[in-house]
Amino acid sequence: MNRTPVLRVENLVKDYDSVRAVKGISFAVCPKEVVGLLGMNGAGKTTTISMILGVLEPTAGSIHIQGIDLKQHRGRALAHTNFAAVYAPLPGNLTVYENLRVFGLLYGVKDFHARVETLLDQFDLRKFRNTKCGLLSSGEQTRVGLAKAMLNSPYLLLLDEPTASIDPASARDIRQSIRAFAHESEVGVLWTSHNMYEVEEVCDRVMILSQGEIILEGDPRTLPGNYGKPILEELFISVAREPLDWEAMER
Amino acid sequence: MKLTRLGAIALRQFYLYRGSVPRAIPLFAWVTIDMVLWGFMTKFLSGVAGARYQFVPALLGAVLFWDFMSRVLQGVTTAFFEDVWSRNFLNVFASPISIAEYLGGLLLSSVATSLVGLAVMVIVATLAFGLSFAVYGLLLIPFVLVLFLFGLALGIVGCGIVLRLGPASEWFVWPIPALLAPFAAVYYPLATLPVWMRAIARLLPPSYVFEGMRAVVHGQSFHAQDLAAAFALAIVYLLLAYWFFASVYRYAVRTGLIARYSAETVS
Repeated sequence: MNRTPVLRVENLVKDYDSVRAVKGISFAVCPKEVVGLLGMNGAGKTTTISMILGVLEPTAGSIHIQGIDLKQHRGRALAHTNFAAVYAPLPGNLTVYENLRVFGLLYGVKDFHARVETLLDQFDLRKFRNTKCGLLSSGEQTRVGLAKAMLNSPYLLLLDEPTASIDPASARDIRQSIRAFAHESEVGVLWTSHNMYEVEEVCDRVMILSQGEIILEGDPRTLPGNYGKPILEELFISVAREPLDWEAMER
Repeated sequence: MKLTRLGAIALRQFYLYRGSVPRAIPLFAWVTIDMVLWGFMTKFLSGVAGARYQFVPALLGAVLFWDFMSRVLQGVTTAFFEDVWSRNFLNVFASPISIAEYLGGLLLSSVATSLVGLAVMVIVATLAFGLSFAVYGLLLIPFVLVLFLFGLALGIVGCGIVLRLGPASEWFVWPIPALLAPFAAVYYPLATLPVWMRAIARLLPPSYVFEGMRAVVHGQSFHAQDLAAAFALAIVYLLLAYWFFASVYRYAVRTGLIARYSAETVS
């Protein structure tokens, strides 16, 4: 397996006025790896993802995507990246195909027509091809967002709660699709979720973020046992309730 | 700069206009109404003044070109507002597109929509009110170009204002042509204005264009340096507008405005 990271984050800091939202975190995501970024609301997950997407400037630290410095070569770095998030649906006034066409041009997708046909099938969107996205259910919109996220066959895929608004059966299909995509290609996935069962199923590794710091990291299947907890959800809840104790334990 | 990315922004606008009658109608409806209103106004004024003043080419022509400049401004801002209204900033600005490419895409959209408006105005003014563009001669080309460049600059500034202050501030953008019109000497000669207003007018490229149009129509001399000044001012304003938008964008990226952009979070 190629272990050169698709994403390397070093000493990343973000200050909002006097509040330090992200406190010098460092991590990497390798090809074919699905990494879970977990944490309570306000822990700094979305801030971290926004910085990796180039829509939020870090106060300090560096981000390299496929070895390309995001700050120095934003366009080249982001051409290798894509994302899906529940808070960033595609414009509802364009059809599924029109949205994919526009973003295909933005990301410079080669052989667009073949790629879009594959994705329409992969995410069961063929029947919605000419339907405006605003008329789709939230689950269908999520699938369109994921199709857009995979349009450019990215090396780095950022998924911020990708299954938050969809039913369990569809969520499982989507998890399997993303897992298969990660294993069949050279993509590295950074995945945030509040569903710990999903994280255990999908992620090779998890990082638990609390108050802007990564306080725990490891295999989601063995990590709870290492800290005397039966399941990841209980570990997460303990960390969320007493983050300072966990930080001390880690040190 | 990748042309496909400019094309993506323009294509998005094409898809929106293609699929939406409420978007397509304003491309020509308001300018048609303006031409009809000012066409009859000039007919009336011509009747009162007789042959002493060429109202049709001087006034109706000026209104047409001012409307064209306004359509260029609105072409840029409306394309930008589509991203505001559909909360699409995160998707667009997390893609590899650069600010120059994004603004280039807005410019392309504006060229297309403003040309539709211009074509409709030319048809109505020519067929219904006998406006002949031959009277302006070859100067028509630089006149239109100056107004186009200035309209782009105003449009980009409008986008910057809305990006910085939030969606509700789009109401600062719509009245920009009306605010500038008294200074731009669209409807009357510059000499009509008091000295302080003339000083402001001299900073606005359209005032040179409309003074020049009136001079050409009435067979008076029009200095090439005035045209050069209008061009220079329009280009300077366009560069300043780009700088302004880029500065606001950098501020938005630094503070997280882009990532959290909505009416509720910004205003």
